[in-house]
Amino acid sequence: MSSAPRTATERTKLPYCHESFHNLQELRHSASLANKVFIQRDYTDGTVCKFQTKFPSELESRIERTLFEDTVKMLNNYYAEAEKIGGQSYLEGCLACLTIYLIFLCIETRYEKVLKKISRYIQEQNEKVYAPRGLLITDPIERGMRVIEISVYEDRGSSGSSSGSSTTSSGR
Amino acid sequence: MKNCEYQQIDPRALGTSNTRTSTTLKLPKNSQRLRRKWEVFPGKNRFYCDGRIMLARQCGVLPLTIGLIFITSGLFFTFDCPFLVDHLTVFIPVIGGVLFVFVIFTLLQTSFTDPGILPRALPDEAANIERQIDNSGSSTYRPPPRTKEILINDQVVKLKYCFTCKMFRPPRTSHCSLCDNCVERFDHHCPWVGNCVGKRNYRFFYAFIVSLSFLTSFIFGCVITHLTLRSQDENGIIQAIQDSPASVVELVICFFSIWSILGLSGFHTYLVAANLTTNEDIKGSWSSKRGEESGNPYTYNNIFTNCCVVLCGPMPPSLIDRRGFLPPDDAPQTVTSDTELPPFMSKNDANMCTQGTKELLESMAHSTVIQSTCAPGTPKTAPVTQESLLRTVSITVSPPNRPHSTGCSGRQARHPIDVSCSQKGNKRAALHTHKPMLHVPSTPYSHGRSPLTLSDAPDMGFIPLN
Repeated sequence: MSSAPRTATERTKLPYCHESFHNLQELRHSASLANKVFIQRDYTDGTVCKFQTKFPSELESRIERTLFEDTVKMLNNYYAEAEKIGGQSYLEGCLACLTIYLIFLCIETRYEKVLKKISRYIQEQNEKVYAPRGLLITDPIERGMRVIEISVYEDRGSSGSSSGSSTTSSGR
Repeated sequence: MKNCEYQQIDPRALGTSNTRTSTTLKLPKNSQRLRRKWEVFPGKNRFYCDGRIMLARQCGVLPLTIGLIFITSGLFFTFDCPFLVDHLTVFIPVIGGVLFVFVIFTLLQTSFTDPGILPRALPDEAANIERQIDNSGSSTYRPPPRTKEILINDQVVKLKYCFTCKMFRPPRTSHCSLCDNCVERFDHHCPWVGNCVGKRNYRFFYAFIVSLSFLTSFIFGCVITHLTLRSQDENGIIQAIQDSPASVVELVICFFSIWSILGLSGFHTYLVAANLTTNEDIKGSWSSKRGEESGNPYTYNNIFTNCCVVLCGPMPPSLIDRRGFLPPDDAPQTVTSDTELPPFMSKNDANMCTQGTKELLESMAHSTVIQSTCAPGTPKTAPVTQESLLRTVSITVSPPNRPHSTGCSGRQARHPIDVSCSQKGNKRAALHTHKPMLHVPSTPYSHGRSPLTLSDAPDMGFIPLN
C-alpha cells in the first residue's frame, strides 16, 4: 500500500501504514519516543513551501548533517516542482477554467502527483536512513505543511536495534 | 491484504496504550464504527456527503443568492426568451443558459470547497513553539500578542501567533472568526457564498463574480430589449409592462445587483492584477504610507504574471483530511462530547464550551499519561489522539482568550441568524447580528481580526443598507 497522502480515491481507504512499519515495529519494541524535533518553514522566498535547512542541535548526535540537509533540500525541490508556475500549470488552469473546474474531480493534478512522489521519498528515507538511526520523519502534509516533524527514539533496553550508531545501520 | 494485517498488528504490538484506553473507557473496539476526521473537526464548519462537501457553519445568505439567481434566470427563460427568440435570435437563451450554468457551478464550487484551512497545531508542535517563545520572555500572566518578524523578498513581514490554532500563522494567512479556522491567503468571509474565500477557492469565487456580472448584464440588456420591442409593437411602454410583468421584476433585481456585482468584479480584478487580498488591501498592509520601502512582497511586478499565478496557478491540496479515518481509540472522547452538547449545537462544534473544565483536565491528563509511556502508532494514528488532546488543551486556555468566549456568547446571538437565513431578503437581520463580533474588546491580537468582519461590508455593497 502506498503511503501517499490523501487523493480523492485513497481517502476512502483505511488509514495507511508505512511499509517501513515492519522495521519500525522492531524499533518500538525496544525504543520509546524521546523527543520531537520540528523543522519550520522558510518564508524568505514568499509563500512557496520551503523548509529551513538549518541543522537542529537535538539531532547533533543522531545523524550526519549532510544526510539531513540532503533530505530537506530534496523535499524543498519536490515542493518547488509542485508549485512551479509555468507552461503545464497554466495549461491545467486554463483547461480547468473552461470545464468550470469540474476537471479537478476527474484527473489528478500535478501537485497531487508530486505529493505522492514526496510521500514515497520520505518512506524510502525513513527505511534507509532514519529508522536505523532511531529517527522517523513525518510527512509535512500530515502537519498542514507547516513543519517537518522528526520523532527521536531512545533505546529502552541496552541491546536495542536502534541505538542510532552508524555501525548498526543495516541499509542505505 | 497487507494493510489489514498492519492495521490489526499495530494496536497489539504497541501493547499498553490502546488496551489501556479500551479498558478504561469500556468500549469494545470491534463494534465501533470507524469515524472520519470531519466528524471531529474543531472549526465551525458543516460537512455533508460524508465529508465530501463542506460549508461554513453560518450559511449566511447562500440560499438567498441561489434563490435570486434561479428566480431571475427562471423568469428570464420563461417570459423573455420566447419573445426574443421570435424577434431576434435563438442564441439568446443559449448564451443565457451557458452563463447560468457557469454561475451556478462556480458558486457551488466556491461554497463547497475547502478555502485553504490550516489544521490546528498538534500538542507537541504547540508545546515546542511555546517553549521557544517562553525562552525569550516571561509569561506568568497572559502573554502579550506574539509576533515573529521574517524577511520575505527583503521586506519585513510580521507573523502573528494564533491563540486558537496554536501556531504562528504563515504569511497571508488569517484567522476567520466566523469559521474559527486559519485560512491560507485569506481574502474575506463571504456571506453570499456561505464560506471563506481563500487560497483554494479564490479562482472559483472570481469566476463566479465575473460570470455573474456577465449574466446580470446580459439579462438586463435582454429585458430592456424585450420591453423596448414590445412597446414598439404595442404602442406603449405601459402596455408592454402589463403584458410582461415578470420582466419588471427581473429589471429591478438586475439593476440593483449590477452595481454591486460589477463593482466587486472590478475590485477583485484589481486585486488579482496586483496579487493582493481583500484583507491586505483593507488593512493597508502594503500601502505606501510608510514610505517607498513598503511594497507588496508577493507581487511579480507584472500584471499578466500576477493574473496567471492567482487564477491559473497550481491547485494546492486540502490540508484537512476530511475523509480520513480516525483510529478507534479516539472515538470515545467524541462520544463524551456529543452527550454534553446542548441541542442547538451540532456535533461538529468541537469548541465545546459546554464541556466541564474538570472533565477536560481529566481526559487531558489521561491522554498525556498514555502518550508519555507509549510510542505512538503510525503517523496517522498519533496525530489523531493528539488532536483530541489539542481540543482539550484549547478549551482550557480559552477562558482568558477572547475569541472563544466571544464565540460562546456569540453563538447565542448567532442562533437567530440560522432562523433568519431561511427568511429571504432578511439581510439586515444577518448584518445586525454580525455586529456583536465587531464589539469584541480589541486586544492587540484580536485587532487583526475585526477587520475581517468589517471587510464584508465594502465588498458586498452593504454600506447603504447599514
